[in-house]
Amino acid sequence: EFRRFSLERSKPGKFEEFYGLLQHVHKIPNVDVLVGYTDVHGDLLPINNDDNYHKAVSTANPLLRIFIQRKEDADYSAFGTDTMTRKKNVLSNVLRPDNHKKKPHIVISMPQDFRPVSSIIDVDILPETHRRVRLYKYGTDKPLGFYIRDGSSVRVTPHGLEKVPGIFISRLVPGGLAQSTGLLAVNDEVLEVNGIEVSGKSLDQVTDMMIANSRNLIITVRPANQRNNVVRNSRTSGSSGQSTESSLPSSTPNILANLLHGEEESDEEDIIIEDSGEPQQIPKAVPITESLESLTQIELLHESTQNGFLPSSEMNLNHSAGSISMEFEVQDPEQKPLEEDGTIITL
Amino acid sequence: MRRFLRPGHDPVRERLKRDLFQFNKTVEHGFPHQPSALGYSPFLRLMAIGTRSGAIKLYGAPGVEFMGLHEENNTVMQIHFIPDQCQLVTLLDDNSLHLWSLKQHSGASELREEHRFTLKGPPGSPPSATQITAVLAHSSREVLYLGTESGNIFVVELPSFKALEDRTITSEAVLQRVPEDYCNRRSCELVEALREHPKNPDQILIGYSRGLIVLWDLQNNKATHHFLGSQQLENLYWQRDGSKFISCHYDGSYTQWPVSSDNRQPEPLENLVPYGPFPCKAISKIYWQTTKNGLPYIIFQGGMPRASYGDRHSISVVHGSQQTAFDFTSRVIDFFIIFSSEPAAEFDDPSAMVVLAEEELVVIDLKTAGWPAVHPPYLASLHCSAITCSHHVSNIPLKLWERIISAGSKQNIHYSAMPWPIDGGTNIAPDPPQRDLLLTGHEDGTVRFWDASGVCLHLLYKLSTVRVFLTDADPNDNMNTLGEDEWPPLRKVGTFDPYSDDPRLGIQKIYLCKYSGYLAVAGTAGQVLVMELNDEDAEHVVDHAEADLLQDQEGYRWKGHEKLRTRDGPVRFEAGFQPFVLVQCQPPAVVTSLALHSEWKLVAFGTSHGFGLFDHQQKRLVFVKCTLHPSDQLALEGPLSRVKSLKKSLRQSFRRIRRSRVSSRKRRGVSGSASEVQEANAKFDQDALQEMELAPVQRKIEARSAEDSFTGFVRTLYFADTFLRDSSRHCPSLWAGTNGGTVYAFCLRVPPAERRMDEPVRAEQAKEIQLMHRAPVVGILVLDGRSTPLPEPLEVAHDLSKSPDMQGSHQLLVVSEEQFKVFTLPKVSSKLKLKLTALEGCRVRKVTVANFGSCKTDDYSENDLAVLTNLGDIQIISLPFLKLQIRYPCIRKEDVSGIASCVFTKYGQGFYLISPSEFERFSLSTKWLVEPRCIVDTPEVTSNNHVHNKPGKENAARKS
Repeated sequence: EFRRFSLERSKPGKFEEFYGLLQHVHKIPNVDVLVGYTDVHGDLLPINNDDNYHKAVSTANPLLRIFIQRKEDADYSAFGTDTMTRKKNVLSNVLRPDNHKKKPHIVISMPQDFRPVSSIIDVDILPETHRRVRLYKYGTDKPLGFYIRDGSSVRVTPHGLEKVPGIFISRLVPGGLAQSTGLLAVNDEVLEVNGIEVSGKSLDQVTDMMIANSRNLIITVRPANQRNNVVRNSRTSGSSGQSTESSLPSSTPNILANLLHGEEESDEEDIIIEDSGEPQQIPKAVPITESLESLTQIELLHESTQNGFLPSSEMNLNHSAGSISMEFEVQDPEQKPLEEDGTIITL
Repeated sequence: MRRFLRPGHDPVRERLKRDLFQFNKTVEHGFPHQPSALGYSPFLRLMAIGTRSGAIKLYGAPGVEFMGLHEENNTVMQIHFIPDQCQLVTLLDDNSLHLWSLKQHSGASELREEHRFTLKGPPGSPPSATQITAVLAHSSREVLYLGTESGNIFVVELPSFKALEDRTITSEAVLQRVPEDYCNRRSCELVEALREHPKNPDQILIGYSRGLIVLWDLQNNKATHHFLGSQQLENLYWQRDGSKFISCHYDGSYTQWPVSSDNRQPEPLENLVPYGPFPCKAISKIYWQTTKNGLPYIIFQGGMPRASYGDRHSISVVHGSQQTAFDFTSRVIDFFIIFSSEPAAEFDDPSAMVVLAEEELVVIDLKTAGWPAVHPPYLASLHCSAITCSHHVSNIPLKLWERIISAGSKQNIHYSAMPWPIDGGTNIAPDPPQRDLLLTGHEDGTVRFWDASGVCLHLLYKLSTVRVFLTDADPNDNMNTLGEDEWPPLRKVGTFDPYSDDPRLGIQKIYLCKYSGYLAVAGTAGQVLVMELNDEDAEHVVDHAEADLLQDQEGYRWKGHEKLRTRDGPVRFEAGFQPFVLVQCQPPAVVTSLALHSEWKLVAFGTSHGFGLFDHQQKRLVFVKCTLHPSDQLALEGPLSRVKSLKKSLRQSFRRIRRSRVSSRKRRGVSGSASEVQEANAKFDQDALQEMELAPVQRKIEARSAEDSFTGFVRTLYFADTFLRDSSRHCPSLWAGTNGGTVYAFCLRVPPAERRMDEPVRAEQAKEIQLMHRAPVVGILVLDGRSTPLPEPLEVAHDLSKSPDMQGSHQLLVVSEEQFKVFTLPKVSSKLKLKLTALEGCRVRKVTVANFGSCKTDDYSENDLAVLTNLGDIQIISLPFLKLQIRYPCIRKEDVSGIASCVFTKYGQGFYLISPSEFERFSLSTKWLVEPRCIVDTPEVTSNNHVHNKPGKENAARKS
């Protein structure tokens, strides 16, 4: 269903009133629904308390596009960074609601309420001593906030232990993205930047690479503190746990996939202003079949019709108190893995 | 299409790449950095220069040059050609001797190191015992005499460097017959000079540093004459007939000694202090040259009055009543005289003096009255004022070429007409394929036009922009106006002048249109001059306009330098490029980009504040655009608070080098030897290095934001006739790229030729592209419907290029420091891209379209991008598919000045500065290669040593 109504921007009122209004407008007084909206970056973000409701209204330009899903059928993964550009995933989930039944939602502290700021990826292919961290700079105002330096590390080589030059994290800016994730620490050795090994590269080169990739930065580190490593429940974990490998396992396909994904994103970020008009994103020269418009319409067709109430929690976008790390297990082999599978979401 | 997407897997393409691309460093142009030694072979008529970094370079006739490098990279102290051979010996500061030969290899001569040798003394002797101070290459060509610090003279065999111990001339043996009292005062002397008797090869003259001179008979192994000098000895010179020799001394005096069989211990004939009576500096080298008319030429280095002229670097020439002290702006390393080397000739009859100063080579014609300088065909001092920018123009039309040469010849009338006296060897390189110009902009506001077609980089014409402006220094005040009776009779020679009157005059950007002869130059204080070539002197007013790039921005204060003041009224310009329009940017910041369209008669310029377009036909400012971000306060405050620009750092590092040189010279004590200077210098360099290394090395990782500083800095400007608004009509357009990743496109309306003066040129902003990675935009290019870059203005009109395809769709290539991106036009959508920095960690420093021809077939050529990165790598990237073709390491990544100075040509060659005074030339193309290829012949007849005066010329004649 598709509804259009107006709100007074200056006095949006409380979230509960708005929630009631939605239920009223859609005539679904007793259905639990998830309310979401698309922000200026095209991300689908939740509305479930006064704060994010006010934020949503204030960013409306001038139209505020609201998505309502029945809570039981809700696709939590639809929320968050880049959701609107990852059309296919959203689309398939929305189009085949039976998928949701199969997908086990181990809901841990409402991931749908948050926007991811970082994730640990490729846990399955990396040695346990390494950690591959993805920082989502996009959409946040927070600085990346870290510094790197030259240093030396000890490697196991066929000729025994050998001291080799390396790049290390030297400082974390308080309140910066890097520090708030809790996944990076001072003296962690940087091994790769977006899939490219840094060995043999100068500090300036690595700096340039990181800055060039800053919109989608994936760093592989060997944490200085090895005690918090993820212990896999695979059979091999015991044997490989303590070994220090001299080079990373070949994980090129995965990395390339990540990189390609990253490219897709940044490609559409360039902006064109024609004849001093409104800034627009520059489209790809090859036309894309599914546009944002079609997606919206499909979403609306699947609006929920049940009533319900969402527990309103004290939340903040990019909230980051502490670093409780949790792991998602991908158990459904048929499920097409999403980008965030195997993700650790940091609160 | 598919196959272009997979690089490196197409065997056809791989084969083609081998036919197209090849990397070679071909030749070094300019003056060797830090020369340290000079040698000359009158037999080969070749000159050799050694440097502090261990390079040795040989020069003969224009185009004949060789280069060698000692592995040790130690300073070359001395160079000695083996008489009548294609061989020379070098002495390095580590006391090693090296034998080099010129040998023919596949049709051309090559310089190769044959042997090396270090003199070893008896066990337990101090190192000074074998420290070589003087070398004599004996005319027998079989032995070298090596004078040492201990006073002993060792003899080694050539070419094996085998020490002949039984022939050592010990100081004990020499001192045997010296009077007791003299001997006691002067023990333990080092050998200062060794000279073979000009007529009798069995006699050599040995000069010891404390003044004793001995004539030694090699046959009988004993001293035949003793000359008891009382002053510290500097050097010796035999007169041609061997009846007299001359010694020069530390106190600024020289002495003539007779050699006759009746007196074994003669008194000096004459002792003279030429610039006395007050204390004088040492005379370090002297020549006594006889002439037919009886009056000798006495030529000596130094000897200036200590107190008043002790800081001058001079060489004095005395010929009868004529005397001139040639005054050099940099230290004299060494010099030689070219004179008749025919043994049968009765007199020396000197023709030229060749002086190697630290910063330039000066040749004086001694035959022509007034002793004018000879214009050297090579070894040009590129850095006579520091180079601030360069611009290369390929394939100059003959007409323009001749006009530039004619303008230049009017500037060179004070040079001697003498043909170049160093003319050994034969240049066998093919004629240069085309006429190329290299333009260098200098700190003193001059632009120098170099013939860069061949191996010899030769100055054609020098343009000065100074006349347009009022500066502190009046160009009329002449440093050389000395009265008739001025003493010493100093005369300034050479062109090296590192001191700039006003740094604002510095040239930052140059653009020459080879078809129209329009030249635009822009400088440090926001000045933009448009010039036209005029074959006559002319006096006219330069039209003056101001471009306020800040427009409506308020509350900004410029803390940098003031704009240059202009001269009122008409200004007299000499024949050549004469300015007719001056645009001054306000604030007067450095001009960072410049473009000229000679067909539309428009010039565009950009600074750190914005850019503007000027119509130089109607002399009207068309528009200005401020590119400043409102928060970019820093950019407005001027250069004082600015981050160092590349150009600036380039200049500064050169200044530092110069300063260190000056300071080391100052530190040099009165008796300081060259090695001490080097030690001091090396220590200085080391200290500086250590200081740098101690700095904490830490780098901030942060995404660039729009608010970063210097985003408004205009990096590139580009004119194109393309489809900007709709796909049915193309129109003139101006494109500008900024440091902040923004591209502006302006649609221009240029009135047709017949109404060009009546209607104004109009401009309207049509597009603005913001690259979200926000890296500086360093290049903009439009590709036509055939994906060929648009031709240069007037190129089509002169039938030198196919007209661009205006039917198919055009594409826009934007090169940032980090990425290459292709967009469609007129509707901007992204088509292709190549990420460089994200994948390799290197950044684009220079980018040009270059045309590569196949070496196999004449009918295939393609356009590619030649790219230099901040790591000093050169990459070739295909157009329009942006595939990396090949990569070559070219410049050391630490060599920031070299990377900043690099300039590519349109046909895949390039130049970069390897020192303040030298360009390295390289080629990426298999087809366009300019490198020296020359032959120096070894004489077949060895019994008749002195017959071949000019072997190169003879051989050339024999060949033809």
